Amino acid sequence: MALFRCEEMALYQLFLQSEAAYNCVGEMGEIGLVQFRDMNPDVNAFQRKFVNEVRRCEEMERKLRFIEKEVKKEAHINIPNNVPDLKQVPAAREMNELDNQLEKLENELRELLSNQEQLQKNFLELTELKQVLLRTSIFFQEGGGHFGAPGGTDPEYQIAPSEDPGASKLGVVAGVIKRELLGAFERVLWRVCRGNVFLKHADIEEPLTDPTTGDSLLKCVFIVFFQGEQLGNRVKKICEGFRATLYPCPEQTAERREMLKGVEARIADLQVVLDQTLSHRTRVLESAAANLPLWFVKVRKIKSIYHTLNLFQVSQKYLQVQCWIPITDIPKIQAALDKGTSDAGSSVPSVLSQVPTKEQPPTFNRTNKFTEGFQTIIDAYGVSSYREMNPMPFTVITFPFLFAVMFGDCGHGLIMALFAGLLIWKEKDIIAAKSKNEIFMMFFGGRYLIFLMGVFSIYTGILYNDLFSKSMNIFGSQWAIPQDVAKTLAGYSDNTDTVELDPKDSFKDKAPYPFGLDPIWQVADNKLDFLNSFKMKLSVILGVMHMLFGVVLSLLNHTYFRKPLNVIAEFIPQVLFLGGLFGYLVFMIIYKWFAFDYTNSASAPQLLITFTDMFMLSAPDDELYSGQYTVQVIILLVGVACVPWMLFVKPTVLYMRHRNPAAGLTFKNLNNLAGDDGEGTEGLISNDELDRENGIGGDDHVISPDTHGAHSSNGNAPGAGGHGGGHGDDDEEFDFGQIMILQAIHTIEFCLGCISHTASYLRLWALSLAHAELSEVLWSMVMSIGLSYDSVFPGILILPPIFAAWAVLTLAILLLMEGLSAFLHALRLHWVEFQSKFYHGEGHLFTPFSFKHIVENPLED
Amino acid sequence: MGAAFATFCIWILMTVFWALIGVAVPLIIPEKIENRRLIQTMLLLTSVSCYTFWLCIFLMQLNPLIGPELEIRTAQAIVEEWQS
Repeated sequence: MALFRCEEMALYQLFLQSEAAYNCVGEMGEIGLVQFRDMNPDVNAFQRKFVNEVRRCEEMERKLRFIEKEVKKEAHINIPNNVPDLKQVPAAREMNELDNQLEKLENELRELLSNQEQLQKNFLELTELKQVLLRTSIFFQEGGGHFGAPGGTDPEYQIAPSEDPGASKLGVVAGVIKRELLGAFERVLWRVCRGNVFLKHADIEEPLTDPTTGDSLLKCVFIVFFQGEQLGNRVKKICEGFRATLYPCPEQTAERREMLKGVEARIADLQVVLDQTLSHRTRVLESAAANLPLWFVKVRKIKSIYHTLNLFQVSQKYLQVQCWIPITDIPKIQAALDKGTSDAGSSVPSVLSQVPTKEQPPTFNRTNKFTEGFQTIIDAYGVSSYREMNPMPFTVITFPFLFAVMFGDCGHGLIMALFAGLLIWKEKDIIAAKSKNEIFMMFFGGRYLIFLMGVFSIYTGILYNDLFSKSMNIFGSQWAIPQDVAKTLAGYSDNTDTVELDPKDSFKDKAPYPFGLDPIWQVADNKLDFLNSFKMKLSVILGVMHMLFGVVLSLLNHTYFRKPLNVIAEFIPQVLFLGGLFGYLVFMIIYKWFAFDYTNSASAPQLLITFTDMFMLSAPDDELYSGQYTVQVIILLVGVACVPWMLFVKPTVLYMRHRNPAAGLTFKNLNNLAGDDGEGTEGLISNDELDRENGIGGDDHVISPDTHGAHSSNGNAPGAGGHGGGHGDDDEEFDFGQIMILQAIHTIEFCLGCISHTASYLRLWALSLAHAELSEVLWSMVMSIGLSYDSVFPGILILPPIFAAWAVLTLAILLLMEGLSAFLHALRLHWVEFQSKFYHGEGHLFTPFSFKHIVENPLED
Repeated sequence: MGAAFATFCIWILMTVFWALIGVAVPLIIPEKIENRRLIQTMLLLTSVSCYTFWLCIFLMQLNPLIGPELEIRTAQAIVEEWQS
């Protein structure tokens, strides 16, 4: 079924009438369940049939981006973010309409833009001129009568023109230059004109806007007085070099005043025109902005449809393509095709027909918002091969559980669960907000995963009895300090002494603490002695269970793919090896818990030494149970026998099957003898089935309506798709050397892996120890300082900041860092230790043609 | 003997509880719920793993071979707070 294995896929051939092709492909995009194959792989992208349409769409996209840029320049215009998808295929003629509309809009905007620039340039010039006129009046007045101005008020400074006929009038050049260039300008003028010019300048207070770039510039007015034409030319050239704009400045005051009035009037007019232009532009942009996301979506959909149409094989009347389709969705796809055909007004229906093939289909795992996160982390390691067991449904629980074994703190688990619960509660709002923050979106994508991790951590935290490194005493501790010891306690003066409770006196006749670890251990000095032994044993137990589960899943794969040889040659020896040797270790752990207590603790053997002694075939010093030596030897021999079993049985059987044609009595040959034509008459079992069973042709599977599942409907199904050519397969390559090498690798990997993977599960112990210790250190070194004051007064001031520090450190170190660490290790345990027992992960993902991604990110490039 | 009985009671209680969650509830989930198989798998795995975890902790404390080593002040506190 589709939960434990990926969907069944089939390769279909799709014939579309040319008129209906566009609409049908659009409908396929809407439902997103079809993966098209490129029927023209060696055709250049520029030579495909629909390349012009694609180009048009790209042009439209460019125009849309231009419009978007213009809209974004006006910060107050809002582009609507949430455009509901109408789930409609844009009609083919919409492309033309949209193209024209966009073209008009773009031209209008460009025109507006250039007009605006021009106007602004004029405005700038006029403003500068005004400034020049204003400032230079001061200079002229200061200069006074040197210019022979009739308006000069001070007669003293008037030079009678007749007095000095030879003296040339001082020439004037006035203009505006950027403030930062002024110093250099002055120096160059001085040097070039050898000090014979006179420069005066004044700053323009308000910054002016540059029309092309929009920057605001600080400029100042300058005026240069020189004598003689040559100097004048030099001055003008220098002004040009410094890109100063020169303005004609009349020397007479009255003229200047006239000019100023005129300029001011023109500025006012220009301002009005500019305002109107800007408001017109804003209106155009606003109306465009409202439609932008919709247009983007439409253009992208159209473009993707034409891209897909380029994959088709085009002939006169029809287009054809091969596509991968999930079998259960065929009615839906057929309905969509019919809708597309009728929308296009065509009467010829589209044809879907199946194509038998030996290719491995893509892997399609249907997920919902809950399972998607888990499927992602599994696919990150490797996409599952077609129709093999999907570890995802199991990972949903085992991953958070193993995480929790390593994380194991109620309080931290509660915080984690609450955080993820908040994300889940607000998920609709967060999705609508379309945040671009990658790290947050990563946490958000894993919200269900984090929630389960938190909930399981609360459970394991209660069992480890760890709440922010403190234990809870709910049921009453089962350890009691006996009366005689209690009496002597008062006699101890040195408070650093310890008293050790003997189970004989303190625990006799007691039931263990009903739920979790006894709270007395948290305050005991030798807590780690007790806990380490326990956690290591727990890790081994959980590890062996997890790995055995993985091996059982491989059995399910073998039975599904009808490979009984694998069951006999691989599964059984694997179970005997793993279960026998490491299952025995688990048995010893549990047995020792039952069989030994304080009465015979002196003779309790150390399990690790016992286990290693077992491999060295030495007799145990202390026995766990009578007859232990014999049992161990038997188990060891069985385990050792499994190794050649795993190594040789399968290759030998394959070899013998391959070698027996001369003997002529394999089913395969009977099949061949039966019929001479190439197709071969199918017996009950086709040759391909036999080949599959024998392992020839690797893991390729004939893709026809599922021949393997227990629910294949008719008995003839096996033969239906399997036309490999009955007699052709005998000549297939049988490389014994390669099979042997592969089998050797597999055997070594499994056997050595058993030991190393079991040890690897000890990280469950290591991380939970680290977490508990960090938590305790944080409490005892940070928080307890705040709680250690006897009186209210300094305490109440010190406790809040200490709590703040403790809280921040808890979140950063214990939740984030330890959380990530435990996540990573739990993931590794799944990917390597668990999945190596059954998972091949050699598939490729199903990538259907779908509009979903386009619609979700309309304004993304 | 009271201890053995209490032990047995606790054990049977927890076993029945997780058996209900892991075996009984999955069987009574109605057919038409959309993710029925997934929920069944989840319940079964949850109950197996949580029960195993609890059982290991419980069995470990059944016959302790060593006892806690307490500081004097802690022991005095325990005598006062927990034992009177």
